[in-house]
Amino acid sequence: MLEVSGINAAYGRAQVLRDLSLSVAAGEILCLLGRNGAGKTTTMKAIMGLLPLLSGRVSLDGQSISDLPPHRVPGAGIGYIPQGRRLFAELTVAQNLEIGLMVRNSGREVLEGVLALFPRLRERYRQRAETLSGGEQQMLATARALCLEPRVLLLDEPTEGLQPSMIELIRQVIVVMRDRGVAILLVEQRVDAVLSVADRVAFMENGRNLETLPAARLRDDPEILHRHLGV
Amino acid sequence: MDIGPYLLLASLEGAVTAAVLALTAVGLSLVFGVMRVVNVAHGEFFMLGAVLAWWVTSLVAGHAALGFVLALLVVPVMVGALAALADMTILKRIAYDPERTIVATIGILYIIQQVTLMTYGPDARPVEPPFNTRLALPWIEFVDGKPHIYWPWGLSTTTYKLGVIAAAVLVLIGVWLVMAKSRIGLIMRATQLDRDMALAFGIPVERVYALVFGLGAALAALAAVLIVPIQQAHYLMGGDPLLLSFIVVIIGGLGSLPGTVVAAILIGLSDGIISVFFSPTLAKILATLLVALVLVFRPQGLFGVRRA
Repeated sequence: MLEVSGINAAYGRAQVLRDLSLSVAAGEILCLLGRNGAGKTTTMKAIMGLLPLLSGRVSLDGQSISDLPPHRVPGAGIGYIPQGRRLFAELTVAQNLEIGLMVRNSGREVLEGVLALFPRLRERYRQRAETLSGGEQQMLATARALCLEPRVLLLDEPTEGLQPSMIELIRQVIVVMRDRGVAILLVEQRVDAVLSVADRVAFMENGRNLETLPAARLRDDPEILHRHLGV
Repeated sequence: MDIGPYLLLASLEGAVTAAVLALTAVGLSLVFGVMRVVNVAHGEFFMLGAVLAWWVTSLVAGHAALGFVLALLVVPVMVGALAALADMTILKRIAYDPERTIVATIGILYIIQQVTLMTYGPDARPVEPPFNTRLALPWIEFVDGKPHIYWPWGLSTTTYKLGVIAAAVLVLIGVWLVMAKSRIGLIMRATQLDRDMALAFGIPVERVYALVFGLGAALAALAAVLIVPIQQAHYLMGGDPLLLSFIVVIIGGLGSLPGTVVAAILIGLSDGIISVFFSPTLAKILATLLVALVLVFRPQGLFGVRRA
């Protein structure tokens, strides 16, 4: 489904991604693990076209999306849930969701489906996004991305700073989306949370691939984690 | 005659200034708010609006209102299109880098100003107002404790001046409706709040920028079309509106539309009143002093939000 092949990217003159390759199949959760500064968030930005590629290619179902102008990338069906949520703070819950719906001209039934996953947002519907609690903001960031009926979801540390009940809710939604056939790329710091949902785990360091393994291998052999992350 | 009638007269003059200033400053504020671009050429778009209004009205024979209405409809579109073009060919190329956009818009300022001087010339030319009836205004005087209405000599305004105020109010309500209620307004606000996330949700940010830059310039041009029957068109007339717009936008809070309107009324009215009783120069001095005080004690402006 989502294919990242040999991408190089840089902030100014500092190269961050070096020949990085990843692939996520439909109905699969691939988790990206690496130390701080390994380039996980940058990988997501590069997929979204927010950071220009020096070389390499990102494609979705064989169609190149790295040639598209950045604003056309989400229209191909990629929902982005960025680190720190990045909501449109002064807009209401309804308006944040409407921006998600506009991406692919999704109809009312999509919105209803998303609100069914997050009933709390319906209660907060006319409230400004900045007045929501941290957990509610994460729900909204997730819901906004789901409003474009994504085929691929990019989640960057979705459970950062959340209480356990909220983490569980987000986890359930991720699993629901996987079961609906969405390809999911997940960046997460908490290894235990990763191992409980991921199908495969890709390690990266200094913007390069290390090995990519089935998550089951890591559950059996925690030594691998130790080797790559030093935890 | 006591001070009351003078004060009324000065307030009316100030209200006209405030109305035109509010339109111009809202244009500047919109551009800064959404694009984070300090548009030094804003006053030249205002000037261009006035000069083109003279040109359009001079082409149309018949009743003065005919040419004026045509100018009112066509000139803001022309200036807006020119500004959008400048955005796409110049500002986009320098990636909206804050320092370079200031230098680039200074360049645009001189290009517009000098091209106008070379083509339109150095003269100040009038545009005939579409309607202009003198209205004498009454004042109440107490004679032996009883109210008594009389018509002080010189206390008057014109229907056109009232028309300018009404038109500005209508346009400002329109801008507010577009920003608060329409889909394009939602897109502009989302772009303003988080450019990268707007891109990540399919908003064509570059087109939004061109639109906003065009809209900002069109508002300045519209303000100029409204004022030109009172003030005359001249190639150097862009300086004062630019200075006052910056004053208003800083006092109101950068990027805050309600703050901009309130500050425009404050500065416009005080400018009118101080100019009548003292001198226009003193009015400018006080306005600039106010800006300095705001910057020292409330840098985000009266209505601005402090950004993290």
